[in-house]
Amino acid sequence: MSGHAMKKGNADAQETRIGVFICHCGSNIAGYLDCEAVTKYATTLPGVVYAKNNLYTCSEAGIGEIKSAIAEHKLNRVVVASCSPRTHMPLFKSACGEAGLNPYLFEMVNIRDQCSWVHMQEREEATGKAMDLVRMGVAKATFLEPQEDIESSLVRRAVVIGGGMAGLSAAEALGDMGMEVILVEREPRLGGLLRRINRIAPRGGSAAELIEERISRVQSRDNIKICLESEVTAVGGYIGNYEVTVRDRAGQESQETVGCIVVATGGVPLVPEGLFGYNGRNVITQIELEERLKSGPLDATRVVMIQCAGARSAERPYCSRICCLTAVKNAIYIKEQNPEADVHILYRDIQMYGAENERLLWESRGMGVRYDVYNVERPPVVKEDVVEFYQPLMGQVYDLPYDLVVLSTPVVAREDAPAISQLMRIPIDQNNFFLEAHAKLRPLDFATDGIFLCGSARYPATVGEARAQGLGAASRAGTVLFKDKLVTSALVAAINPETCVGCQGCLMVCPYGAIRFDTQRGVCEVNTILCKGCGNCASTCPSQSVVLKGFSPKQLLSQIRVMLS
Amino acid sequence: MTGDTVTRKEISVVNRDVLVIGGGIAGIQASLDLAEMGIKVHLVERLPSIGGKMSQLDKTFPTNDCAL
Repeated sequence: MSGHAMKKGNADAQETRIGVFICHCGSNIAGYLDCEAVTKYATTLPGVVYAKNNLYTCSEAGIGEIKSAIAEHKLNRVVVASCSPRTHMPLFKSACGEAGLNPYLFEMVNIRDQCSWVHMQEREEATGKAMDLVRMGVAKATFLEPQEDIESSLVRRAVVIGGGMAGLSAAEALGDMGMEVILVEREPRLGGLLRRINRIAPRGGSAAELIEERISRVQSRDNIKICLESEVTAVGGYIGNYEVTVRDRAGQESQETVGCIVVATGGVPLVPEGLFGYNGRNVITQIELEERLKSGPLDATRVVMIQCAGARSAERPYCSRICCLTAVKNAIYIKEQNPEADVHILYRDIQMYGAENERLLWESRGMGVRYDVYNVERPPVVKEDVVEFYQPLMGQVYDLPYDLVVLSTPVVAREDAPAISQLMRIPIDQNNFFLEAHAKLRPLDFATDGIFLCGSARYPATVGEARAQGLGAASRAGTVLFKDKLVTSALVAAINPETCVGCQGCLMVCPYGAIRFDTQRGVCEVNTILCKGCGNCASTCPSQSVVLKGFSPKQLLSQIRVMLS
Repeated sequence: MTGDTVTRKEISVVNRDVLVIGGGIAGIQASLDLAEMGIKVHLVERLPSIGGKMSQLDKTFPTNDCAL
């Protein structure tokens, strides 16, 4: 078998020499279909000069076999039939590269997730399907063309939006790495919510002192430029070369070119207008209590706190998570200042995650802070001088006299979160908190490359969490900014300006904003750095002017043709 | 007081390698990010394979990605 079976006029003048590797994946594939038979079948396919099956193609031995076969059999195409490209495609591609074969001359066939795993009871049919899939892969491989990775330069600067604990930490860490940082803060002063907080933990020291220390560190650095009373009004460009427009109080706009953006815009405590008789006077929120505690002794000895005020409701279904910690912290502080004070906390569930915090809850109980559960169906009612609440365990209604009622309200997203989301094309969830690229594996990244996220803009965070996330986001940005150049996949869309009629259908369906309409020439253009190779444009174009490299009509049709033959 | 001036001692960075102890998801991510920054990493794991607890899980919530 050799290139004789190939169509004439193939761009590759060389004889096509395909090597096929069939992976057993332990028993994941071999347990449900006949890998030996598939391998044997592969050798009969046009262009295939070598086929081999192995226990784990992704193992060191398997990778070694690919490399040595490339040299020994002068392979100029490699097909691996194994798992999903999402797991091992990069590994196999780089193996090809190391053996001197252009990595884009590699094709992967999924005979596990899409074959053996879904046909566990049908060995014969699964084997037949695997053969079909391999035949299709080989047909496509025949028409693969060598490609070069796209390289782009980058600017070693970052913009951090938001000067609270998260943003300050990110800016400081990036500054420590030697990066030039532009820190943009909307307010006249840095510090964010910490400015309003009394103490960090009951005995953790003053929040103001803590934040001042962070601020002075950021201020003392030459490589951090601080823009107060400023906001980001436009963002263009892409990873490595973002164009960020910053507008100051006077309305002056300046352009900054940066490699990365860190979003640390924070959140705000809900002001519970109309809830539990909130009046800002003797019915206040936890943050207002903090401000009072900071300014001097509290002029109240009977304090009732109500948890989940405006949280975990139909309107705001989420748990703000940090309000229980705040209530317990403030209760302990009040009891320490005045052991005679009565502090009564009415709650639905107590959320004191972490060993240290759980200890605080029990410590507060030991100090005489009282806890009672309330029923969400029959919530406490704040009256003139008593809080009337139904205790579901006793089945009785109690009156708690008070001097001060404190409502533990959730941290909510900032009002401008949707605007920022639009500005940078980064997603927000149903509560207007920013949505990370992956809840577990990429908690500080956005799906858009080069933009990172930290602090309460993502979800209500404690001081420690905001700081950890700020440092983490800086570290993630560092993985970009420390590079000398950025390398992205060559498998991107290309538009032929000769045949493009400028209908902009592709522009409409591009989820990455990678397509631009050139008004002068009347054609669309692809930004190859922004393009992620999803192919929406290629399948939309009515004049077939868009081709997604690695998935050209020729390559795809050859697959379909051999499937139907 | 002798009036001696105290100067900060500067140590040139002689070794940029980093040692990461523990090959669970935290250690692996730290190693990957450091490697991305161009730093050589030595990842040490007590067990014969890296992956830690996560490799014992089936799916990760909420995306239901295979944990392995």
